[in-house]
Amino acid sequence: MAAKRKAEVDQKSCVACGACAKACPIGAVAVWKGMWAKVDTGRCVGCGRCEKACPASVIRMKEVEA
Amino acid sequence: MKKKKWYDYLWIVSATYLILGFFNILFAWIGLLCFFIPLLLAIFGGDKLYCNRYCGRGQLFDLLGNKFHLSRKKDIPGFLRSKRFRYGFLIFFFIMFFQMLFNTYLVFQGTNSLKEAVTLLWTFRLPWNWAYHGTAAPWVAQFAFGFYSVMLTSTVLGLVTMALFKPRSWCVYCPMGTMTQTICKAKYSCMGCGRKKKYRREPLT
Ligand code: SF4
Ligand code: SF4
Ligand code: SF4
Repeated sequence: MAAKRKAEVDQKSCVACGACAKACPIGAVAVWKGMWAKVDTGRCVGCGRCEKACPASVIRMKEVEA
Repeated sequence: MKKKKWYDYLWIVSATYLILGFFNILFAWIGLLCFFIPLLLAIFGGDKLYCNRYCGRGQLFDLLGNKFHLSRKKDIPGFLRSKRFRYGFLIFFFIMFFQMLFNTYLVFQGTNSLKEAVTLLWTFRLPWNWAYHGTAAPWVAQFAFGFYSVMLTSTVLGLVTMALFKPRSWCVYCPMGTMTQTICKAKYSCMGCGRKKKYRREPLT
């Protein structure tokens, strides 16, 4: 089976602005307690919109085994 | 697509605010809301709900950069998103803010007279006398000019970084954003201490 893509946040550098959450079409990423963004990997479909929106460019798409 | 909520239109409020300041500087006082609401939400709510939902400025940059294609959408340089720059800018912003408050005080005291000007980027003094109609005490107007200068300066900086990098680049070094995130982190770690638990970074999920 092909590897899937999931968003991954570098939480140390995240500025918790929430641009990713606004960009995500299915609400799979949210800012947690005003500190950094967390991805719900179970729901993330790997579309990459959050990666494009993140002003700090701290989201990377990671290949994971399906 | 997600359905738009009323708070997705707060960029209209932000834009209107900047425009009103051209006609009557006293409207600048309303901008205090953009200082107190995020801080109160961070202190009592423990989150960045303001940034994440209500901030019209962030929405405005998003709109101009994405819908109007006014952004190159390039990665922001590393130093601009470094902790050192973000906190350094916050401190600089605080110093300039207190200087503005001190100016207001000097006018209140009568030491200085009212200067009907807006200072852009803490340097360039723009005449702005048409926006003051002598309807308020001089110190009230002085604060309005000072506060509007802060708001206009941050908008200009935000527009420049929006154009050069990603639309919401301002949010990376926005003093309010840095401050609310710091409060949230402090609050969380304090809660951890209260429960006699060590503050640990949540594992990457
Ligand atoms: S990759 Fe797409 S689905 Fe996954 S969190 Fe980002 S925006 Fe949401
Ligand atoms: S857009 Fe980037 S910096 Fe902003 S909350 Fe999401 S991951 Fe963090
Ligand atoms: S970081 Fe600043 S400009 Fe961005 S959403 Fe938060 S308060 Fe608004």
